[in-house]
Amino acid sequence: MDSTLHDAAISLRDVSVQYRVPTEQIGTLKEHAIRLLQGRRVEYRAFWALKGLDLDVRRGESLGIIGRNGAGKSTLLKVIARVLRPTRGRVRVRGNVAPLIELGAGFHGELTGRENVYLNGAMLGFSQAQMKERFDRIVEFAELGSFIDAALRSYSSGMVMRLGFAVATEVNPDILITDEVLAVGDESFQEKCLARMAEFRAKGTTILFVSHGLSAVRAICDRAVWIEQGQLKRIGVVEDVIDAYRTHLAHPALAPLDQPAG
Amino acid sequence: MSAAPGARRSTEPPIYDSGALRVPFVHEFSELIRYRFLLRNLVLRDLNVRYKRSVLGFFWAMVNPLLTMLVLLVVFTQLFRFQIEHYSIYILAGLLLWNLFYRGTSLAMVTLIQNAGIRGKIYVPASVFVAASIGSAFVNLLFALGPLLVLALATGVRPNWTWLYLPVPILQTTLLTFGMGLLVAALAVFFADMLDIYEVLLGAFFYLTPIIYPVSILPEQLLKLERFNLVFAFIDGFRSPLLEGRIPDLGSVLLATLAALAVTVVGWTLFTRLLDQFAYRA
Repeated sequence: MDSTLHDAAISLRDVSVQYRVPTEQIGTLKEHAIRLLQGRRVEYRAFWALKGLDLDVRRGESLGIIGRNGAGKSTLLKVIARVLRPTRGRVRVRGNVAPLIELGAGFHGELTGRENVYLNGAMLGFSQAQMKERFDRIVEFAELGSFIDAALRSYSSGMVMRLGFAVATEVNPDILITDEVLAVGDESFQEKCLARMAEFRAKGTTILFVSHGLSAVRAICDRAVWIEQGQLKRIGVVEDVIDAYRTHLAHPALAPLDQPAG
Repeated sequence: MSAAPGARRSTEPPIYDSGALRVPFVHEFSELIRYRFLLRNLVLRDLNVRYKRSVLGFFWAMVNPLLTMLVLLVVFTQLFRFQIEHYSIYILAGLLLWNLFYRGTSLAMVTLIQNAGIRGKIYVPASVFVAASIGSAFVNLLFALGPLLVLALATGVRPNWTWLYLPVPILQTTLLTFGMGLLVAALAVFFADMLDIYEVLLGAFFYLTPIIYPVSILPEQLLKLERFNLVFAFIDGFRSPLLEGRIPDLGSVLLATLAALAVTVVGWTLFTRLLDQFAYRA
């Protein structure tokens, strides 16, 4: 047992995630059965989404995660959110994790906003009583008023987003995982979200922030990590990492020119 | 837990360690208990969505099975004329338990697959979706049980003290449904056509089980096989106390319960073993 976990909220040691992708498109039992009868075996191609990643996130730190599409950012979040058990290596997370990935995941259109709050809270591991305590503040922050008792399908996408943000932040997690949340919503709500993120930082919540918007990373994060092809390319002060990342993107010899983000 | 608004939870923060030694069979069970609020919410959600939008609301939950029963009653009593006393109630009672098994297992597959998106974002024990499906099928059965008994009395079935035994076969069927639901739901994650295959197999199984016909019309060979048909054992264990004032003997009740328990242990073992791979199949 190393001492790193003592003040670390998240600690990854040599973490690798391997997906096995069938070389042919085989998804059904029928196709498997046919292959079996033909005496052919289904072949898989190994794909490493993360390769030997070491990462420590201190308690209360806000860490920006940048990298191109398919670099392994989402897989990294999944491993930390304990949704995906790594193929190799060890992940340790201290504290409650609330993910803000794709706001409102787990919401149901036929249910009212109120019912959705309780359902979503239960998914985050909270009881009815615990959510009841937080309910009024959630409604207030989401600016829903009497709409809270209308079916969610009658909400605008902005309203759903506000509700999702309100639930995930009002449960007061130790670690907040956010994935491109501030890209949507009108300006006043974006400001409100940023203010709340600042509030979280002030009270010592650990924040993981994934974004293509480099300016948002600058605004929110203390440190940044750049992931490339499942490996940690660079970690450190936000400015340095962003500069290195930009240089890399702009350099055609080093990387094919993707859409430069931000 | 602190009740003060805005207060931090006073308990030590939970620690997740992917390298911690754990037995999936045991660990998933304790996680299911820990997420009982979610389980309750999911069952309520399912019932809510099903009945909320109808004009009659939850009253529909009672009326719906009653109407279905009346339709079946007319159809079957006119089409088939088996020499069974209280043939209509015989069918309806059989269908009551069959529907628990059929709906519960199918719903388990559908729910687990449908929630793949959520399971890819928020950690929740996957077994909660299976348990919630069985729970919702169970509640639906309870809604239909009242109308069935009313109908039984209305058609001249005499109430008997053996009716007190009726919860036993219901619980036995629920246990079997949970075990089977775990099995097929785990497979459904890996094979896209599992649900289709299962529905075909269930269709065959329905006609091989004496639900709408008396067991006496079965040929000798099939009759021997019925002894291994747990669904039939439970349906029979439900119908005889209801209609004939007869309770199955203790030995066979225990044996059938053990068999259902064995299915559940196998299902739980398979499910918890494959659990970590679910997320890789999205």
